[in-house]
Amino acid sequence: MTSTTIEYQNPTAHTSAGGVAVGCRGVTKTYGSGDAEVTALRGIDLDVRAGELMMLVGPSGCGKTTLISVIAGILDRDAGECAVFGRDFSRMSQREKTRYRGETIGFVFQAFNLLPTLTAAENVAIPLLINGAARGGAVGKARDMLARVGLGDRAHSLPSQLSGGQQQRVAIARALVHDPRLIVCDEPTSALDHETGHKVMEMLKSVALKHDRALIIVTHDARIFEFADRIARMDDGRVLSVSDDHRATPAASTDESETKS
Amino acid sequence: MNLVALKMLVGDRAKYFGIIMGLTFASLLITQQAAIFVGLMTRTFGAITDLGLPDVWVMDPKVQFIDDVKPLQDTQLLRVRGISGVQWAVPLYKGLLKARLSNGNFQTCNVLGLDDATLIGGPPTMVQGSLADLRKSDAVIVDDIGAADKLAHVRADGTRDPIRIGDTLELNDHRAVVVGVCHVSRTFQSQPVVFTTYSRATLFAPRERKLLSFVLVKARPGVNKAELCARIARGTGLAAYTSDQFKDLTYGYFMKYTGIPINFGIAIALGFIVGTAIAGQTFYNFTLDNLRHFGALKAMGAGNGTLLRMILIQAVVVGSIGYGLGVGLASAFGFATRNTELSFLMPWQLLLISAAAVTLICVLSSLISMRKVITLEPAIVFKG
Ligand SMILES: Nc1ncnc2c1ncn2[C@@H]1O[C@H](COP(=O)(O)OP(=O)(O)OP(=O)(O)O)[C@@H](O)[C@H]1O
Ligand SMILES: [Mg+2]
Repeated sequence: MTSTTIEYQNPTAHTSAGGVAVGCRGVTKTYGSGDAEVTALRGIDLDVRAGELMMLVGPSGCGKTTLISVIAGILDRDAGECAVFGRDFSRMSQREKTRYRGETIGFVFQAFNLLPTLTAAENVAIPLLINGAARGGAVGKARDMLARVGLGDRAHSLPSQLSGGQQQRVAIARALVHDPRLIVCDEPTSALDHETGHKVMEMLKSVALKHDRALIIVTHDARIFEFADRIARMDDGRVLSVSDDHRATPAASTDESETKS
Repeated sequence: MNLVALKMLVGDRAKYFGIIMGLTFASLLITQQAAIFVGLMTRTFGAITDLGLPDVWVMDPKVQFIDDVKPLQDTQLLRVRGISGVQWAVPLYKGLLKARLSNGNFQTCNVLGLDDATLIGGPPTMVQGSLADLRKSDAVIVDDIGAADKLAHVRADGTRDPIRIGDTLELNDHRAVVVGVCHVSRTFQSQPVVFTTYSRATLFAPRERKLLSFVLVKARPGVNKAELCARIARGTGLAAYTSDQFKDLTYGYFMKYTGIPINFGIAIALGFIVGTAIAGQTFYNFTLDNLRHFGALKAMGAGNGTLLRMILIQAVVVGSIGYGLGVGLASAFGFATRNTELSFLMPWQLLLISAAAVTLICVLSSLISMRKVITLEPAIVFKG
């Protein structure tokens, strides 16, 4: 395996199909003000290609969550450029932003965030309902999606009746049901034991990944690095390197991958 | 998303029942207290309501309400009869007299003396006997509730034996024979009501220079009642009111000079405040508990409009259920106490008012929740 330097000049060089899914240039973000000021992002340059699974790794507090929040359009950045499939959230009105997010982005959360009083199928149907689909059709589609993540027989179960791994699969079905082009996951396996996490990742990669869709997964868990197409290493609000060598551990990153200039 | 909103609400049993209980309590307290208040206030003019026949009441100008009797000279009756537009005018005696009971106790009675010739002003319904029997010697008619309760013979074991036709009473040391039992609207003081003729009433009453309490007047057909009142007032120097005006006067007196409206107002306001506090607090807690989920919905593309609609639906559902239960319980309370001393009247206007109050509570409660959800940063979804 060879390490790669990101080619900003020609971002489509490595992709077979969809080109750039996410393009960030010089993105900065500071929380709070005065004494409480924390700079979470100090100028992020990052490209994510359509058809790839990109992992964001780095020590706690380095800005991973902040970065995917900015990319997913749920957090406003301070400066820089960031486009998702060519469209920049900061150039949209609140209403457009909400709508584009609803159509384009699927979310998987560390704590699953399923509504506890809704059945699995109803939970999965939510993105369709938000995008204005009729209930009957939405729930039907949700059942199909549940079958694809191997939970076809649990459509009527409440989250509390499912194991952690099953709940995360429901959450993945929810992130995919409306066929979004970008999936963002924050620590999707950290609430699961190793074996379950592994299975969830296998399923996520096989069901979610396709040529015109990108996955960004924030993780601490070195044991799932093998699922990444490329790994972006972050520290202190910057992307240190992007490599396609998934055997590389964060500690060894400087040896095995080139730091971008 | 409406169904999602409902499932969110109903799914959290404890909070759901908490909110509904708060609203039920509020609407029960508001409706029940207001109904008792309305009932009580209608009682203030119960005697005027019962006397449906006359159009105009003539009295001393200083009279402030129906029980505030300021006697007139008997000659005033003739002067009123002389006013043009008066079809007939009859005297009415109204006074409080002491009745001595068989066990030696005294009970104050509200005695009404009716025109001897016409018996105008009699009770609206007779339970036993007939009004015409008042023409028998020493005859009186008592009201059913008084007969069964305050005027009843108390037996040795404490049980009460209601007064019946043929029993005698001693009114101000004069013998009176019960010839009938009637039913009247409850009056404010809840004393037993005793009907007799005008001349007998003045016999029962302590000797005074003036005994005529009111002159009851019927207008000639086609005569404007308000104009007739004005004419009577001008011609006699007395006050003349239509029945409705007299009701308003009486009602207004009680509103203005008694603590009743304030007391009930406080109870009602308390119901409103406590209800708002309980329902608002639980509803807000419910929203706070679900903030993560609202945040997730927001991240997934639900706009503020959608989320507000969800909260509104939740508020409307708990509001309707709480209102229904509260008003239902208030009605049940009214039904259960229908045969007691308690006044309870629930006109439809009252239902509207308590509906408005519950709506206001729901609006106030959900407003804070709505604010919270609108200002919610969707980025919280990624916070551990
Ligand atoms: N809402 C906030 N207000 C103030 N500071 C914040 C906020 N969110 C994050 N930070 C700070 O910004 C920095 C980056 O946080 P971020 O959550 O992006 O890190 P992370 O890489 O996701 O960490 P972890 O691996 O622990 O999840 C941290 O120093 C954090 O304390
Ligand atoms: Mg994080």
